[in-house]
Amino acid sequence: MNTQLEKAIIIKNEPWTPEYYLLEFSAPGISQKAAPGQFVHVKIPDRRDILLRRPFSIFKAESGTLSILYKSVGRGTRHMAKLHAGQAVNLLGPLGKGFPIPDTNKKTLLVAGGYGMAALYLTAARAQTPGLLFAGGAGKKDILCAQDFTALGWDVRLATEDGSCGTHGLVTNILDAWQARNGKSSEPELFACGPMGMLKAVAQRAKEWNCTAWISLDHYMACGMGACLACVQKINRDGEERLACTCKEGPVFEAREIIWEES
Amino acid sequence: MNQPDLRVNLAGIAMKNPVTVASGTFGYGPEYADLIDLNRLGAIVVKGVSLNPCPGNPLPRIHETPAGMMNAIGLQNPGAKAFIKTYLPFLANYDLPVIVNIWGRTIEDYEGVAELFEGEPGVAGLELNVSCPNIKEGGNSFGTHPDLFEQVISAVRKKTTRPLLVKLSPNVPDITVFAKTAEQAGADGLSLINTLPAMAIDVETRRPRLANVVGGLSGPAIHPVAVKLVWEAARAVNIPIVGMGGILDPEDALEFIIAGASAVAVGTATFHEPTTVLRIIEGIEEYLLRHHLKSIAELRGTLKTGAR
Repeated sequence: MNTQLEKAIIIKNEPWTPEYYLLEFSAPGISQKAAPGQFVHVKIPDRRDILLRRPFSIFKAESGTLSILYKSVGRGTRHMAKLHAGQAVNLLGPLGKGFPIPDTNKKTLLVAGGYGMAALYLTAARAQTPGLLFAGGAGKKDILCAQDFTALGWDVRLATEDGSCGTHGLVTNILDAWQARNGKSSEPELFACGPMGMLKAVAQRAKEWNCTAWISLDHYMACGMGACLACVQKINRDGEERLACTCKEGPVFEAREIIWEES
Repeated sequence: MNQPDLRVNLAGIAMKNPVTVASGTFGYGPEYADLIDLNRLGAIVVKGVSLNPCPGNPLPRIHETPAGMMNAIGLQNPGAKAFIKTYLPFLANYDLPVIVNIWGRTIEDYEGVAELFEGEPGVAGLELNVSCPNIKEGGNSFGTHPDLFEQVISAVRKKTTRPLLVKLSPNVPDITVFAKTAEQAGADGLSLINTLPAMAIDVETRRPRLANVVGGLSGPAIHPVAVKLVWEAARAVNIPIVGMGGILDPEDALEFIIAGASAVAVGTATFHEPTTVLRIIEGIEEYLLRHHLKSIAELRGTLKTGAR
């Protein structure tokens, strides 16, 4: 196993968009081992009343540094927003089973909702050939890092629910439009990270289009190590229905094996 | 000065130090084995095992609270036979007493699971989780209903020759009644405390934070409650006690020992920092050295309550 505890040093912690922050660490151990779609479990420094670590998808991992994008929304992330360069933060990672390497015989389609863009970046950065990124959110402020994908030569298609950026509508609308035009000529392979509603919609598309979709799930978790069983997901793998820890066997599952909760 | 003697004989279970882990916070062994040398633990108490597999509760199963967390995992486990097949061979690779936490929904379930472990040499002892509802007795919890409590311990006692620890619920008016009842029914030791019943609500959605609505509170928030109950129980019985509830620092563990516990278990803190259990062992040793105590036994139950 690759997972380790590392005393990471903050290089920078600064606003990235009006709502999100970029937190960049010097973390040579975890950075070197990090694979696309994996996450780190962050201990909130100096706040032992905030007992649980916070899991964040790895955004970038290169040359000994590691970065995450986060939104300051709760007790933990509000404290994180106050951290400054030079401070030490205890990281546990890299954790989980991330995205596989894209199949070069298929068209790589990344589908991101809001924060999910960060989790898909490494897949794009390490792909042999650029594919397409479909990214969406409520508004322009939710489009986090389109420029990073464009810089890699990826074709970026955007959609926002309020029409403030890209096509007016849902990300699945622009995905459907692509499929209608190109689906017959090239078989897609989907990689998705975002809100649960979007993930279900992507899984539904994969079923209809009879293609593979790698879905990154997000459940509340405590340990990150497969011990506490807080984050289990019902799956069907090799004909056996069972509960899998999202932290350990996930967060990425193939769409066909996920058994979605009724809601 | 020589190194202090940290060894503890816990109701016949030989521990190299007084520190173990609380059931449900450390999995079955492999989960943390790459981060922590399991040989250093005094013992491992594995996650609760029942006769048959149990799927547990719907999500969300946890919610963080100030200096604590609530859980309603619902005792998800693969069942005793799968545990024996999958995890006991793994644990046999370590110099580590294995205490199996067992539970059931009927007395027959408890008897069945206790009997299964009777033939397993890799099991050093059993810990009885009595904090689950008895489905045949109208859902009364074994752990808070004195008659059911006595019945389940007596029944399991007849089925096992292993050291039998009984894990007490804090949710009772007088812990000494349950401590004494357990001792009389044949328990070799006590573990306390289990989590405190708790609940939290998301006011925006007006939904409970846990799908199960209610759950068990753990973490530093409950530590003073646990110290008080361990102190009371230790004065009421002559069997050894494993103190647990909110240990985060060595001082928290030492409080339990001074209150009368023979051993301690680290629980929720492992999620915060997986190496906590090792830091507690080192901290206890350092304390004994600093206070010129030759053994952990010299510290046990030495609370000073006279005039200051």
